[in-house]
Amino acid sequence: MSKMLSATAISLAVMSAPAFAGGHCAAGKTLTDGTLTIATGNPAYYPWVMDDAPESGQGFEAAVAYAVAAEMGFAAENVTWVRSSFDEAIQPGAKNFDLNMQQYSITPEREQIVDFSAPYYTAPMAVLVGASAVETAPTLDALRELQWGAVGSTTAVPKLTAVIQPSRDPLLYGDNADVNAAMSANQIDAALFDLPTALFLSAVMIEGSRVLGQFAPDLTDSPDQFGMLMEEGNPLKACVDEALASLTERGDLAAIEATWLQDTTGVPLIE
Amino acid sequence: MADTKTVGMTRRERYEAQQRRRSLIIAASSTVMVVAAIMIFVPMAPGWEKVQRSFFNGDVLAQTFPKLVDAFLVNIMIFAWCAPAIAILGLLIALARDAKSPALFPLRIFGATFTDVFRGVPVILTVYLIGFGIPGLGLPRPWNSPYIWGSLALILTYSAYVAEIFRSGIDSVHHSQRSAALSLGMSERQVMRDVVLPQAVRNVVPSQMNMLIALQKDVSLLSFIGPVEIFRQAGVFKSLTANFTPYVGAAIIFLIVTIPATRYADHLMAKQRRDRS
Repeated sequence: MSKMLSATAISLAVMSAPAFAGGHCAAGKTLTDGTLTIATGNPAYYPWVMDDAPESGQGFEAAVAYAVAAEMGFAAENVTWVRSSFDEAIQPGAKNFDLNMQQYSITPEREQIVDFSAPYYTAPMAVLVGASAVETAPTLDALRELQWGAVGSTTAVPKLTAVIQPSRDPLLYGDNADVNAAMSANQIDAALFDLPTALFLSAVMIEGSRVLGQFAPDLTDSPDQFGMLMEEGNPLKACVDEALASLTERGDLAAIEATWLQDTTGVPLIE
Repeated sequence: MADTKTVGMTRRERYEAQQRRRSLIIAASSTVMVVAAIMIFVPMAPGWEKVQRSFFNGDVLAQTFPKLVDAFLVNIMIFAWCAPAIAILGLLIALARDAKSPALFPLRIFGATFTDVFRGVPVILTVYLIGFGIPGLGLPRPWNSPYIWGSLALILTYSAYVAEIFRSGIDSVHHSQRSAALSLGMSERQVMRDVVLPQAVRNVVPSQMNMLIALQKDVSLLSFIGPVEIFRQAGVFKSLTANFTPYVGAAIIFLIVTIPATRYADHLMAKQRRDRS
């Protein structure tokens, strides 16, 4: 694996060297010239960064980071990682990173204080099932028969009634913690969350639960979108957006997502 | 007819009638002035249009009101089975606290502890604790339903209040009546059942009406543990339409029910005052 990686790194370096020399858009705009400094969480979690080691390029955000870096003309060895806490990065003021990736949802409030790149991920809705229903098939027909729960104030509710159309009335709750409690008490079989939340809940909060499947993200749901965080007014933003746009266009971003957020997590798309 | 009435009035009666008319006119005109001031000045506030759009939106109201009424049926259902259970349990607790025999002392301690605990703990905490806690012990379906355990939480809390009201009713029956009944050879049990309770219960009916009204609103607390009753349904509509009008709609439905009930309780209390004096 490491051999393959370093091979990729070398090839990237070879490819990118002329581009950089040709005055790539990112030239002179980073903290340290010729190096891209990227921050992530401390610690960084599965499946965003595998084993808390972003340098490996393993995990969704680590992979996206290296892809964007390559697109902007930085070889893998010219990418430096630093750590930052979630809140510290949202504070106003100078930053010790060019980009920060730790599942920052793009919100208008945050946008007033820091800059976000174009979204690199749109969180889809995912189905979390409790211990009583882990054997359910990830099909709409099977899902319809479950006792559903959801947070009443989220877009999960219209999604539930429009797409899944459960045969029994769903139970609705005030927040995620209450849905957890109901699932732990076996009062509901299944609940709709965005995928990152569902992964976290099943891994950490609700024993015996499993993320059964995910729906293709639907922009009309106004879902959470993750962006790379930058200091307000960072000139690098245009380059990052450009890189993300071409990665999206070529389907590279979708491929990375399929690798790390569908195959690795074992959460299939629900048809 | 009016003439004969006026003619038949004494000077004092005429004066009083005139005074009544005068105060009626003052009351009417001051009410009209206040209402007019509200209707003129509130819409002049700079934010009024925004407030009107997000709280008093006719379209949203028309769209969501029928479904809110449907959801209110859930409230009525929960209320319908909670109220009798509360009345029975409340009375039993009151009787337990009133037990005279020394052998029944544990019963009195139980009654006192029960009322202290359930009156002291916020209802919502009891709802969470019983609604999620007991099913969490591993009950199978449908016995872990939030309807069952949420209702139990309401029943326990309200029984504590209702028991205290019943107890005050029992205390309001003068001790001499007990002594008189005992001297006629009735047993303690008969005295309680045939002499004290009928009067005690009648005395506290107005206060219990207020508990019913409070219960009717607190049924909405069950929405925290899952059931989609009117409050939760209004919250869902609020999120969908980004508009607070559904909450106003829910409030209207509540008022339609509670205003007549409150008036009735007031009427009962006034009647009781008249009967006593």
